[in-house]
Amino acid sequence: MEHQKTSKQLLGELLDKHYADALQAKADGKPVAWSTSIAPQELLETMGIHVVYPENHAAAIGARKHAQEFINHSEGKGYSVDICSYARVNLAYMDIQQCEAANIPLPDLIFCCNNICNTVIKWYENIARELNVPMIFFDLPFNHAYEVSDQNVRYIKAQILEAIIRLEEITGQKFDYDRFGEVMRISSETSLWWKNASLLACAKPSPLNGFELFNYMATIVCMRGTKEGLELFKLWHDELKEKSERGIGPWKDAEEKYRVMWDGIACWPYLGDTYKVLKKYGINMVTSTYPDSWYIVYDENDLDGMARAYSSNYVNRNLDFGTDNIVNIVKDFRLDGIIYHSNRSCKLMDFRQFEVQRRVEEATGVPSVIFDGDQTDPRAFSLAQFETRIQALVEMMEARKKEWGVS
Amino acid sequence: MMNDAINLIRELEDMGRNPKISILKTMKETGKKAVGCFPIYTPEELVYAAGMLPVGMWGGQTSGTLSDRYLQGFCCSIMKANTEQALLGQYDFLSAVIVTAYCDTLKCVIENWKIASPQLNVVPIVYPQNRKTPSGKMYMKDEFLRIKKELERIAGNVIAEQDLLESVDLYDEYRCIMQEFTDTVQDYPDLLKAKTRHLIIKAAYFMDKKIYNEKVSKLILELRKLPPENSRKRKRIILSGFISEPDGLLDIMTDNDMYVVADDLAHESRQFRTIAAKTGSPLDRMIERIALQDGCAFLFDEKKSRGRMLTAMKEKYRADGIIFCQLKFCDPEEFDYPIIKKDLEAAGVASLYIEIEQQMDSLEQLRTRIQSFGEVLA
Ligand code: SF4
Ligand code: SF4
Repeated sequence: MEHQKTSKQLLGELLDKHYADALQAKADGKPVAWSTSIAPQELLETMGIHVVYPENHAAAIGARKHAQEFINHSEGKGYSVDICSYARVNLAYMDIQQCEAANIPLPDLIFCCNNICNTVIKWYENIARELNVPMIFFDLPFNHAYEVSDQNVRYIKAQILEAIIRLEEITGQKFDYDRFGEVMRISSETSLWWKNASLLACAKPSPLNGFELFNYMATIVCMRGTKEGLELFKLWHDELKEKSERGIGPWKDAEEKYRVMWDGIACWPYLGDTYKVLKKYGINMVTSTYPDSWYIVYDENDLDGMARAYSSNYVNRNLDFGTDNIVNIVKDFRLDGIIYHSNRSCKLMDFRQFEVQRRVEEATGVPSVIFDGDQTDPRAFSLAQFETRIQALVEMMEARKKEWGVS
Repeated sequence: MMNDAINLIRELEDMGRNPKISILKTMKETGKKAVGCFPIYTPEELVYAAGMLPVGMWGGQTSGTLSDRYLQGFCCSIMKANTEQALLGQYDFLSAVIVTAYCDTLKCVIENWKIASPQLNVVPIVYPQNRKTPSGKMYMKDEFLRIKKELERIAGNVIAEQDLLESVDLYDEYRCIMQEFTDTVQDYPDLLKAKTRHLIIKAAYFMDKKIYNEKVSKLILELRKLPPENSRKRKRIILSGFISEPDGLLDIMTDNDMYVVADDLAHESRQFRTIAAKTGSPLDRMIERIALQDGCAFLFDEKKSRGRMLTAMKEKYRADGIIFCQLKFCDPEEFDYPIIKKDLEAAGVASLYIEIEQQMDSLEQLRTRIQSFGEVLA
């Protein structure tokens, strides 16, 4: 009998294949797209267009500690040190086209969706201009009211339909609506299993060491619309479920003493360092804002639902929603504390953080700390500061346990 | 003759120099309520049609730290200043504030202000970025209609179609006059030094547009009666960027024999350089203007035409060079610059990049850089 692969093995293989397939497609003269991380990839999957994700790629470059050389190149071209470091890495990769961490083909088409930030409009505009390729852009207006309005849904849906026509023009192929239905179904299901798996971390102890979320995130970004992606997340879910049923925690050699969430993106160049500091104090990062970001679920063939789902991620929602979101996470995951990453790259996540922190603390009483960092620029993070903040958090969590007998 | 021109210049400069005093004066004179309008574009025509005064909110000279409660240090100085002033209660005389969402910082400012300053009646508006497509135009209309309702509630009266038409006409007229004004400046480098030009343009944010239009038209008329001044010795400069403040920046240019023949500043010419055709309803005309407004960092521009636009401007105005005033932490502008730089270099246009904040302790470094640029141009 063939030995069944673990989800971790599968994850590695799928990611390798994802990059290899894209390079092969390019070599075969097939179109390749570059896309933002939460864009309606369903359209590209339906058209059979290979797509790679600059944010994923920049994160991989960061995690393999290669970011600095790319950042230097971009800054040399006149890019400010103050703009998103994913953009600085990617805009340099566009020129250099070579990195040990992973290689991606240059795009024939740009696919951009501003539900994650308006920064990507500017970043992708520059790629499209420099490489002289068409840019399909989905404008998902910021939701300053609590819910996504019908007005916004109408606009987004109309843009999806316009994008389909544009894709037909660019590729000279007809859009296959049956296949579209199938991709929609798979994409929603994959999202569901991603979320289901991450919810297993609600158990005490959590079978999931949350830093794994950071690893699996790459695949939920790039394989959400594929059967392989769906299988991966089902498998991951089953493994975690089994672990949980057997009462196994996140680590073999240590116990989960505190449960926290991480707000924002990881510090890729210091992934191992930050992980070790937390583990040293028995802190398991059981969840983050990632699980909900790729929970894009809607009914098959429901374009209104699809439009609404894409506009529903928390960064595109208002502060009340963002607060409620974290308050619920605190309750569901029975958290002891929160770590907020004040990410030098990401103004949209940062400039609401202070108020959200105050409100969440008021609503839940759970202590928290903010540390300064950056997702890929290694210069904007200090391990010493990080550890000092974590020590402060441990003291607060400990005091609270004593005072309230919360354990 | 000369005195008429000088008096008008002094009057407009004063209006531009003291925002709050000017607004209060205008409110008193017109008996109108005032509504704050954030950068970059807001539907000012709707505010005006509702019988209220749209007034600009582009930062200010503040130095406090109240805004640290909401914003990290790497936020742009304009939003820090606005937030500081809001928290100090400096804006409490406004009946509402229209806050836009062109950049990520602004999205957060909308949210923080709703909480921090509920008395300001924050009216968020999100312009479409896909502004040229049918879906974008449909959405823009929905959004304008939503804002119209909000403004009617604040004004306590309904906006009649005729009032809106008159307001859109008035704004078109304003834009026409301003294009003429900025073109006139090149002939009067002494009377209309860089700072004077800036303050006159800025005054529009704090005055009733009808009165402002009359004053600037009159000024152009008076200027035209005067012979053009000798400008041979001076360097003809185009300014690009968000804003040409801090105070003092433009004086440094004047000190170095430079004068501004045209600009691409969000705070100045981008407000009036585009005018839509007079076809369709007033709302259609407002929508069309945004659709046509290219070369702006805050509106999606697939062709990324700003560098080429600046090159063409350099030809049209026979400019000696372009100064790019980068407002620190304003990322949409920061993303535009490398492409502009490439375009300008390809066309052999001399340019200088300077990084500014609206409030700066020392301008000495800027002075040195501008001076050397002047020498390069000589
Ligand atoms: S890190 Fe922030 S600014 Fe950068 S692409 Fe992601 S959401 Fe946008
Ligand atoms: S970053 Fe730029 S566009 Fe955004 S609020 Fe600041 S000055 Fe305005």
